[in-house]
Amino acid sequence: MMALQPLFAAWFADLMDLGGLLLVIPLMLPVVGLLLALIVRGRSLGRFALALLLLGLTSAAAITAAVATGDQALHYQLGGWAPPLGVALKADGLSAVMLLTTAVVLLGVGIYAQRGFQVPAGLPETRRSLAFWTLLCGIWGGINTVFLGQDLFTLFVALELLTFSAVPLVALDGRPETLAAALRYLLFALLGSVLYLLGAVLFYGTYGTLDIALLADLIAGADALPPAVPVAAALMTVGLLAKTALFPLHLWLPPAHAGAPPAASAVLSALVVKASFFLILRIWFDLMPALLTLTAAQVLGALGAAAILFGNLVALRQTRLKLLIAYSTLAQIGYLFLIFPLAAGGSSVAITAGALQVVSHACAKAAMFMAAGLIAAALGHDQIRGLGGIGRALPLTVLAFGLAGLSLIGLPPSGGYLVKTLLSAEAIGTGQWWWYLVVQVGGLLTAAYLFFVLSQALSASPQPTIPREHPRLVQQLVVLALALCALLLGLLPLSAVDLLEIGRPAAADSGAASALLADAWSLDKLWSGLWPVLIVAALVIAVRYRQQRKPVEPEGIKPTAAPGRALDQLDSLLRQWPVGGLLLLVLVAALVQTMLVGR
Amino acid sequence: MSGTTLFGLCAAALVGLGLYGLICQPGALRKILAFNLIGSGVFLLFGVIAQRGGGVLALAGTGADGDPVPQALVITGLVVAFAATAIAVTLLVRLAETSARGTLEGDEPAPPAPAGERRP
Repeated sequence: MMALQPLFAAWFADLMDLGGLLLVIPLMLPVVGLLLALIVRGRSLGRFALALLLLGLTSAAAITAAVATGDQALHYQLGGWAPPLGVALKADGLSAVMLLTTAVVLLGVGIYAQRGFQVPAGLPETRRSLAFWTLLCGIWGGINTVFLGQDLFTLFVALELLTFSAVPLVALDGRPETLAAALRYLLFALLGSVLYLLGAVLFYGTYGTLDIALLADLIAGADALPPAVPVAAALMTVGLLAKTALFPLHLWLPPAHAGAPPAASAVLSALVVKASFFLILRIWFDLMPALLTLTAAQVLGALGAAAILFGNLVALRQTRLKLLIAYSTLAQIGYLFLIFPLAAGGSSVAITAGALQVVSHACAKAAMFMAAGLIAAALGHDQIRGLGGIGRALPLTVLAFGLAGLSLIGLPPSGGYLVKTLLSAEAIGTGQWWWYLVVQVGGLLTAAYLFFVLSQALSASPQPTIPREHPRLVQQLVVLALALCALLLGLLPLSAVDLLEIGRPAAADSGAASALLADAWSLDKLWSGLWPVLIVAALVIAVRYRQQRKPVEPEGIKPTAAPGRALDQLDSLLRQWPVGGLLLLVLVAALVQTMLVGR
Repeated sequence: MSGTTLFGLCAAALVGLGLYGLICQPGALRKILAFNLIGSGVFLLFGVIAQRGGGVLALAGTGADGDPVPQALVITGLVVAFAATAIAVTLLVRLAETSARGTLEGDEPAPPAPAGERRP
C-alpha cells in the first residue's frame, strides 16, 4: 500500500498534464460502459460498473485539480475542428465542480445498488440488472456532456440521452402506476426538449452558429436585438424549466420520483433535474447576460419562491415518505431560481450560491432517497405514520436521514447553510427583502416536516420492529457518507468556493462570496439561524403530543383542515395535463414579453 | 409569396397543431403523434433556414447558395425523435397490457409501497 501511493500520485499528475484532452475521459467512460455492459453482462456487471465509476471519480478529480491549479478553464475541440463547424468542450470551475459532484453521487448510488440490482443466485443474468447498469451509464454520459458541451445542438442530444436513460429507470419494476408515471415524464420532457430545439433552430437561423461563445459575441455585439432572439431564449428556457420541474410545471415529478426504485430516485432527484437547470444557467449567464432584464429575472425568481412555499407545504401533507421527499425536491429546486433576481445586477455571489445548492442538495437528496429505500425495505411500506420503532431497528440509516435533512433546512455547518447565508446576504444587499423572507420561511417549513418524520421514526412502536430485510452495513455507510458530504460542505476551505468562479466572465465582485462566507461563523449569526428552527421543533413535538392524545387518526401529517384540502386540490389541478401544458405556453409568452418590455 | 415564406408558415402551422394535440388530446397515442408533428415542424423550419442560406458558409465568405449544416443536424434530430417515439410507444404498449389504460389522465401519484402488507 505504501508503495502504491506515490505511484498513484505520479499517475494523477500525468493525468492532470493532459490538459484539454482530459475532458474527453468523462464522455468516453460512460459510453465504454454502455457498450461493454452488453458483453460483460451477468453477475460481474455491477462490479464492472463500480470500477468505471471509480475511474470516473478520478478523472473528475483530475479535471477539478487541473482547473484549480491552472486557474483557467480547460478547452478542447473535438477532432481539432474549431467552431462554428466543430464542437468545442469547455470545463470552467462550475463544470468541474458539477462533474465531481456527479461522480461522487453516482459512486455512492453504484455501491448502494450492488445489492438491489445483483443477479440472484442460480440465474445467468436478469433484465433488471442489465437495464439498471446500462441506464445508469447513459445518465452518466448525458450529464457529463451537458456539463462540458459548448454547442446548443450537442447539448440537445445530451439532454435527450439523459431523458431516455432516466425514463425507463422510473418504470424498472413494470407496475402500471410506474409505467404511467414514466410515460407522463417522457411526454412532458419531450414537450420541453422540442421547445428547446425550436429555440436552438431560431438561434441558428439568426446567427448561423450554435456555439455558445460565438453566439455570445454576436449577441453582445449587435446594436438592435433581432426579434427571433427573445422568442428563442424564452422557448429554450421554458423547455428546460419543464425538464427541471420548476413549479408550476411539476406535473410529472412526484409520481416519477416517488415510484422509481430507491437507487434510481436518488439519481433522478439528485442529478437529472440539475442538468437542465445547469443549461438554463449557461443560457442566461454565458450566452446572453444582457437579456436578463429585471422583469424577466423577477418572473423566474417568483416561480422559484412559489416552488419553495408550495413544495414545502404540500410535502407537509404527504402520508408516504418517498412522496414527501419528492415534494421536498420540488421545493429545493425553487432555491435554484432565486438566484436570477439576485444575480441580475451582475453579481457573481448568487451564481456561487446556486452552484452550492446544486452540490449540497445532490448529496443530501441522494442520501435521503436511499435511506428511505432502506427503511421501506425493512418495514415493507413507507407510510410515515407507521415509522415507529425504525429508529431502534436501523439507527445508522435514520441518523443519515436526519443529517441530510439538516442540510435541507440550512443549519450550520451544512452546504444548505452556505446557500442560505449567501442568498440572504444578497437579498438584503440588493434591497430585495422579499426573497430573504422566502428563504427563511422555506427553511422553517422544511424543518417542520423533517422533524415530524424524525419524531415518528424515533418513537417507540407498540410491538418490536423486526426488519423484514436487514440492509447491508455498506449500504448504510454509503448513505451516511453522502449525508455527511452535504453536512460538512460548509467546512471546506473558502478557496473551494473561489474555484466556482474560475473561467467565468469576470465579475466586478470576484471573491465576494468567500468574503461573505468567512463572515458566516460568528456566534450571533449561528444563533440567529438556530433559534427559529428550535421553535419549529418545539411546535412539532407539541402537535405530536396532541395527536397522540386524540383517538382519531388524522390524515397526513397535519390534521385535515380546509386550507390543507384546498392545497391538495390546487396540487391535483396543477398536475392535470392540459393545465400544465397551458401554463407552459403562458410562461413562454410572459418571458418574451418581459424581455421586450424590460429593455 | 416566396417558397421560403410558404414553408416557414407550414412549419409554424405544424408546430401549432402539434402543440394543440400534445396539450389537449387525452389519449397517449395521440400525444405521441402530436409530438412527432411538432418535431416535423421544427425540422421543416430547419430546412427553410438551410434553403435561405447564410450560416457557416456565409460566415466563411464562400458565397455559396444554401447551407448544408442544418441537414446534418436534422438527421440527428430525426434519429432522436425516432428513439423518443420508440420508447414512448413501448411504454404505452406495456401500460395497455398491464392495466388496459391508454390515457394519462386521472392517475394518482401514490403507487402503493412495492412489497408486503400495510400496517393498520
